[in-house]
Amino acid sequence: MRVLPCADSGLLVELDDLDEVRRLHAALREAPPPGVLDLVPAARTLLLRLDPLRADVAEIEQVVRRVRPAETTSHDSESLVIPVSYDGEDLDEVARLTGLTPRQVIAEHTGVEWTVAFGGFAPGFGYLTCDSNRLEVPRRTESRTRVPSGAVALAGAFSGVYPRESPGGWQLIGRTELEMWRVDRDPPALLRPGVRVRFQEVA
Amino acid sequence: MNHGLEVLEPGLLATVQDLGRPGLAAIGVGVSGAADRGALRLANRLAGNEEDAAAVEVTLGGFAARALRDLTVVITGATCPVSIDGRGAATNTVLRVPSGSVLRLGMTSKGLRNYVAVRGGVAVEPVLGSRSTDVLAGLGPEPLRAGTVLPVGPPPSEWPPIGFAPVREPPADELMLGVMAGPRDDWFAEGALATLLGSRYEVTAQSNRVGIRLDGPALPRVRDEELPSEGMVAGALQVPPSSRPTLFLADHPVTGGYPVIAVVVAADVDKAAQARPGMRLRFTLLKRRG
Repeated sequence: MRVLPCADSGLLVELDDLDEVRRLHAALREAPPPGVLDLVPAARTLLLRLDPLRADVAEIEQVVRRVRPAETTSHDSESLVIPVSYDGEDLDEVARLTGLTPRQVIAEHTGVEWTVAFGGFAPGFGYLTCDSNRLEVPRRTESRTRVPSGAVALAGAFSGVYPRESPGGWQLIGRTELEMWRVDRDPPALLRPGVRVRFQEVA
Repeated sequence: MNHGLEVLEPGLLATVQDLGRPGLAAIGVGVSGAADRGALRLANRLAGNEEDAAAVEVTLGGFAARALRDLTVVITGATCPVSIDGRGAATNTVLRVPSGSVLRLGMTSKGLRNYVAVRGGVAVEPVLGSRSTDVLAGLGPEPLRAGTVLPVGPPPSEWPPIGFAPVREPPADELMLGVMAGPRDDWFAEGALATLLGSRYEVTAQSNRVGIRLDGPALPRVRDEELPSEGMVAGALQVPPSSRPTLFLADHPVTGGYPVIAVVVAADVDKAAQARPGMRLRFTLLKRRG
């Protein structure tokens, strides 16, 4: 574990892998040290956003180093089925990149359980991970200026669903009608860290 | 809740802002809120509001609004001419705007952003606990347009203890900001941090509530691999492939994939939010406590 201060506004905790991020996030979420405003989990880091008027950076660093990461609780957490039409523009490209047929890409995407690791990019966008690495593909070399709302996509070790129309560089394999984000719903995001996801093919 | 203020001219950009929506980063929602938080807090204190009440953030002046009932108003932030029905008025001062009168902010001469607090607070419908417009995430009320009518909440029970606050004017052409190195200064070439600290960086026109894009000497990297996206704070000096830093403000992305060479200390992020295009920024290294 490396703890890197961001002036008086944050502490960036660098961890070995996503699983450690998830466990430290779960532990600190239960009992955040005083002065911590927000926790920002990412692929290999957890950022503690601090209130500079209240936070004692050195003391919070001590708390982070002492905290016992929580056991992963992903099996008790909520699960979600996302219906998908697999007609994305990059489906053939993903098949080429992975050495699978388009049918096998769909079978793989629907056949594994995904878990929301962290959020980011846009409200309601969740980075989904799974235990298999057969669908690892790079981002597109050119980002699209308009990815439609509901697009189901792959990039790196992650899958995701665009919650609204936006630019984006991920490989598009399908689309869902499910509304991933609605501000007047509680909670507004369907994909929150820890939620388990199954994709289901619809005609 | 009463209608209080009708926008006649929004200027370049006018939005409703409070202190934002912390605590939602895990679902991809940033804090947002006033770009110059100190100026918002001061406006609210002078108006007798809670510090986190919502006010109007006006960019570069050119804002006019009509009071739909008797209002008590405070304007803080950038230096700009203020008038009520054509008669001159002052910033950082408690002002009475009678029903039907027009409050006008001219173009700012020093600084960039003003806060127009109304006693009772701007009472638009909150979104996820905040009335702020996040221009990057597309959350909160739409930017104000001519004809927008802003509701104003019930006046607080306390009256403000003072009618005026002495505030130093924002500087005109050069701004000094305190930074601390990291979290990714080790991704940069030897001497890059010294370059950042020893040079002047110009605020470009590609600057908004998300961040200030700076022009100046390049800050080359030594590590070329991709940085996995990580959480960002306001004040971060993120260096994209152009090798020129972007200084993140209130609507910055929750996570970013380019390394941050140094972070502007929180108190100086407010000053940065007042930096106008063409202005020069200088950075001075502050030591950590302890």
